[in-house]
Amino acid sequence: MPISKQPYTGKEKKFVEEGVYGDNFIVTSVDGFLSWARLSSLWPMTFGLACCAIEMMATAAPRYDLDRFGAGVMRPSPRQTDLMIVAGTVTMKMADRIKRLYDQMPEPKYVLSMGSCATSGGPYWEHGYHVLKGVDLIVPVDVYVTGCPPRPEALIDGVLKIQDKIRKESLFKLKSQEKARV
Amino acid sequence: MTPEQIHEKLSEKFGEDIIALKGEELDPFIQVNPARIFEIADYLHTSPSLKFTSLMCLSGMDYGVDSEPSLGVVYSLHSMERGHKLTLRVDLPRENPQLPSVETIWHTADWHEREAFDLFGIVFAGHRDLRRILCPDDWEGYPLRKDYVVQEFYHGVRVPYQEDWRKYETLEKNTERGHYVFKFESKVPHLVEPAENGNGDTKKAGE
Repeated sequence: MPISKQPYTGKEKKFVEEGVYGDNFIVTSVDGFLSWARLSSLWPMTFGLACCAIEMMATAAPRYDLDRFGAGVMRPSPRQTDLMIVAGTVTMKMADRIKRLYDQMPEPKYVLSMGSCATSGGPYWEHGYHVLKGVDLIVPVDVYVTGCPPRPEALIDGVLKIQDKIRKESLFKLKSQEKARV
Repeated sequence: MTPEQIHEKLSEKFGEDIIALKGEELDPFIQVNPARIFEIADYLHTSPSLKFTSLMCLSGMDYGVDSEPSLGVVYSLHSMERGHKLTLRVDLPRENPQLPSVETIWHTADWHEREAFDLFGIVFAGHRDLRRILCPDDWEGYPLRKDYVVQEFYHGVRVPYQEDWRKYETLEKNTERGHYVFKFESKVPHLVEPAENGNGDTKKAGE
């Protein structure tokens, strides 16, 4: 089933039944439990390209505190990450490296395109000979965050959108979902 | 020392190779013969009365495709000890622009000359490490030239902006996780190993 574009309202899928077997017991599905575990510990890659990276750092810093959503553990290695935040202008020279880093990330993986440069080339869209016109030309992007650069609230909203996406996914159905989506 | 005095001093030493002094400009400059730039720079650097110990900037120039001169290099010098400044200018032809490197005199010139080579295609003979500095090693053309035309594809991904990306076959055929993406061949130059057998395809990046 393709992933819905409707925002999460909390009513689509009930993860947890409380009080069925008494106190201190909750009942949930394995799928729901795994999705909850994955969305609560999104590890982004430490990976900034331009001024958007400054906003990303601000988002991870105490004032906005991305760690409230479990996504504050910035990993320096693509092997340990679930989420790639493409924060900034993607030059052709960097595009090589981004594709390489993306290929090194373990599945399931998500990409967040932050700011207008990563989304469409931004101010370089017409005359920037050296800029990739959107990172979605080389890697599949899950969530686009608008802004130049986006405020930390916008980035947090993007991370929450990724969490919504994970919440609706099923690890056991990922393969068939991919086939259906293609 | 004023530019006039420096021009006089240089003219005594190098004669015909010091072409002109443009003293009425906002930034007075001395135009010199590009073939002798190394000797002139060495003299400016070592002469006790001049002592230009600092190269503030080295810029490549493009004055236009049809204009004469067409390309050039501008050296901005400063003397810490004497407190005077000087601007040198050399003119170069558009076809095969080449001049001696001053990288061994001022180490600042190392990256500046690489930049002028990268963006204007000016070749500095005698530079010990003349590679592109900003663009990828296998980039085509010199982007800051007035007649530069951007290449259409780089490693399989289209470079100029297009409204409808999907009309490109490479994009149409490649779907990854439900998205249309270019088949982007990631080649990090220093990690690419030349193929030893097979089709004999040993083409290296930059060729």
